[in-house]
Amino acid sequence: MAKKIKSVEGVVIRFAGDSGDGMQLTGTRFSETTAIVGNDLSTLPDYPAEIRAPAGTLAGVSAFQLQFSARDIHTPGDQPDVLVAMNPASLKVHLPDLVPNGTIIVNSNTFSKKYLKLAGYESNPLEDESLKEYTLYSIEMSRLVENACRDLNLPAGTVGRTKNMFALGLCYWMYNQPLEPTIKWLKIKFSKKPNLVEANTRALHAGYAYGETERIFSTVYKVEAAKLAPGEYRNINGNYALSLGLLAASIKSNLPLFYGGYPITPASDILHKLASFRNFGVKTLQAEDEIAGISAAIGAAFAGNLAITATSGPGMALKSEALGLAVMAELPLVVINVQRGGPSTGLPTKTEQSDLFQAVMGRNGESPIPVIAPATPGDCFNVAYEACRIAIKYMTPVIVLSDGYLGNGSEPWLIPNINRLPEIKVNFVKLSKDTFMPYLRDETNLARNWAIPGTTGLEHRIGGLEKEDITGDISYDPENHQKMVQLRAQKVENVANEMEPTTVFGSENGDLLVLSWGSSEGACRTAVERVINYGKSVSHIHLRWVNPLPRDLGEILIRFKQILIPEINMGQLSKIIRAEYLVDAKGLNLVKGKPFRAGEIEKVITELIG
Amino acid sequence: MAKSELVKPQLLTRMDFVSDQTVRWCPGCGNYSILAQTQRKFPDFGISKENFVFVSGIGCSSRFPYYIDTYGFHTIHGRAPAIAAGVKLANPELSVWVVTGDGDALSIGGNHTIHLMRRNLDINLLMFNNRIYGLTKGQYSPTSELGKVTKSTPMGSLDRPFNPPALALGADATFVARTIDRETHHMQNMISRAYYHHGTSFLEIYQNCLIFNDGEFRFLTDKETRDDHVLILEHRKPMLFGKERNKGIHLDGNAPKVIELGDEWSKNDVLVHDERDWIIASILSHFTYRGDLPTPIGVLYAVDEPVYEDMLDDQIQKAMKFQGKGDFKKFVMSGSVWHVE
Repeated sequence: MAKKIKSVEGVVIRFAGDSGDGMQLTGTRFSETTAIVGNDLSTLPDYPAEIRAPAGTLAGVSAFQLQFSARDIHTPGDQPDVLVAMNPASLKVHLPDLVPNGTIIVNSNTFSKKYLKLAGYESNPLEDESLKEYTLYSIEMSRLVENACRDLNLPAGTVGRTKNMFALGLCYWMYNQPLEPTIKWLKIKFSKKPNLVEANTRALHAGYAYGETERIFSTVYKVEAAKLAPGEYRNINGNYALSLGLLAASIKSNLPLFYGGYPITPASDILHKLASFRNFGVKTLQAEDEIAGISAAIGAAFAGNLAITATSGPGMALKSEALGLAVMAELPLVVINVQRGGPSTGLPTKTEQSDLFQAVMGRNGESPIPVIAPATPGDCFNVAYEACRIAIKYMTPVIVLSDGYLGNGSEPWLIPNINRLPEIKVNFVKLSKDTFMPYLRDETNLARNWAIPGTTGLEHRIGGLEKEDITGDISYDPENHQKMVQLRAQKVENVANEMEPTTVFGSENGDLLVLSWGSSEGACRTAVERVINYGKSVSHIHLRWVNPLPRDLGEILIRFKQILIPEINMGQLSKIIRAEYLVDAKGLNLVKGKPFRAGEIEKVITELIG
Repeated sequence: MAKSELVKPQLLTRMDFVSDQTVRWCPGCGNYSILAQTQRKFPDFGISKENFVFVSGIGCSSRFPYYIDTYGFHTIHGRAPAIAAGVKLANPELSVWVVTGDGDALSIGGNHTIHLMRRNLDINLLMFNNRIYGLTKGQYSPTSELGKVTKSTPMGSLDRPFNPPALALGADATFVARTIDRETHHMQNMISRAYYHHGTSFLEIYQNCLIFNDGEFRFLTDKETRDDHVLILEHRKPMLFGKERNKGIHLDGNAPKVIELGDEWSKNDVLVHDERDWIIASILSHFTYRGDLPTPIGVLYAVDEPVYEDMLDDQIQKAMKFQGKGDFKKFVMSGSVWHVE
């Protein structure tokens, strides 16, 4: 059948299935392919905390959503246009999100009595007309892959697991995408198991061929390449970009990278990546606990390494005391919190922005720390690099607030030229005629001297007890304490000197300003773009540093009649902004373990400005 | 403050390791002796003092780094072993020493202590054991005997005490030794043995707290009683003790007991110490808290095992050899990369 190709600007697909169905892999492959084709894209993996929740249950559903587009996009899309559901439970969980009249593709072989019951269906939705407002493609994927792989003599279970490749092949056909990148990937992935390469490739082809030969699909869609800035690109997720940013900082500063950490979802991938950089001289220690992870990093910083630790909320709580030590000892340290739903163990695999207060204020005493937050997966690279630069320049711990959505989500990333990254200067103190003073400060930015063990003649002691100004000796003097508290605060305030003037998207003043931080940037920008298109006077500012705040922020805020701060928390930045600038900022606060949909923000903007 | 003159290592003396800070332990505290023996012994090692790092946690013992003129880091409660691990991994050339107490190392920092020992980093851990909390003014510690009456346990403590050398052996430490604050010469020897051991050295130092637990180790230090209660261990030597050196340790099956040499028992019946024998070390470690057996001091156990930082460096060298030395540009441009005009 001749393909009728229809061009569309962008599509949102969600792959959903049992946690064992390989949906994360399917989504990742589709993303890679669309990236190579030149689409802009944004992804949202969504999986349960359990490694294998009971098969067929609602709790065990794993999903991967991506938006690919011919234009520059900022989010994985509000609602899927296409839902691929590999079993009844995944249909049940994800159908409510599908756009009206959207497309559903199901593996009908799994719609047995047992699995329908597990999903809580009284009758089979494929047969009872409940899906009639959607375009439903009910396909016997399990049977078709079995047919395709019959002569390979592989166990039935192995063949069955290739059904995700069938679904992927079919989607490739529907969106006019090439199979080759996936086949190439399969060959590498299963290089030692040629049988699996064959079975998966056959399933992929079978899905593609199904689209081509069955006369049920009338149209194939094409998403043109997006107009991205020229250069070399790769598809990257936030945790990987972050790891590369740290590596780049280590290379540019000429400091060996030391990472101490403890595995925790969703930050573990940073440890995994860094551990694979041994040939760059990177040292990683999987410590006995979160406290040991940061403690070892502090020790490494004392000894002159670029010291890093990464964790998520509960781990951050455990690291608080050691963070205080890094503040007092004034050592460079980068602490990454890939935030997840809290409190306590909370929602390990779901995203949230609720550790802002913890980062800014969550320590005993007056304990200021600069806090920076990436906006997109690719931005994690820049932010990690900048955090290292500031930590070294100011001799301070720096907290990076990423989150599960950024860590696991991916987008095309313009590969930076390492030569063009800002310089990171390290000035270890050497023996000179002057008596060495560990707490003597740089006059401009207040960073203290960094003299590392092994340096002749500079033997000195530091620690968690209050330091005497300049000498670093222990001091209980009241005036000295007041002075040191102020010096540490001023040093962190000075980080604002590093910031470019704040960019306002939209007009410089107007009816409403949307103020965002961290991963909410994309949804906020999309929402603001939409309402500007309707002719409304709405602007957007995105904060990269949340502590300290940009010096010019206060004067910009008062130029707007209303301020809206959407956050995946109960209003933490809102409270800071209200306290800092005495403005009546309103919050949009959703904590559902998911990133914002642009539509949710658009709706509130529209309500506020009437 | 640091002294800014260059000092040739071979010319170092005790005074080179004395810092300009006033020592603020209680007069008569056992810690003075430990500090002095360390300062006396360190010049013998022949390395310049900028290569020594002392890391401590919290407690009376943990003030130690301020008083010795090397690099030092007085950190937070219990975390010194982890911080020291970071120092050592960042720069394996340094001679890294942890100074800690029974509360710091075995209570709040128990986890870090055991994991340091099992990883076997080349770090020397000096654990001052006074069996009491001094800095918080007199609560029982994890090495206080069961039933100890303190401010926090007016009716006696309910915790069974930790046995430090047994714990160290259980954590697969490669060097376990014990000494006593008053045994100055012996302590210097043990500090030296710890220094020369490649791997984690766990040295327990019985230390008298004059204020809150005075006399805890009197039976090991008083002239009249010490010979009958202290068993000085020497590698490949029979375990003899007593004023006349006429008492020995005999193994009755697996059970150690004290024998008196004479008609019934001869030297041949006395157990011979072997630092490399974990079983003997384990038996010796369980003499602690036993009234009927003497307290062993000396090296209970010392074996060579692979050292963490050596293996890490090995991995780095291997990775560089087989993958090539990391090249960032090449690395980020490999794999699925596409070009946009």
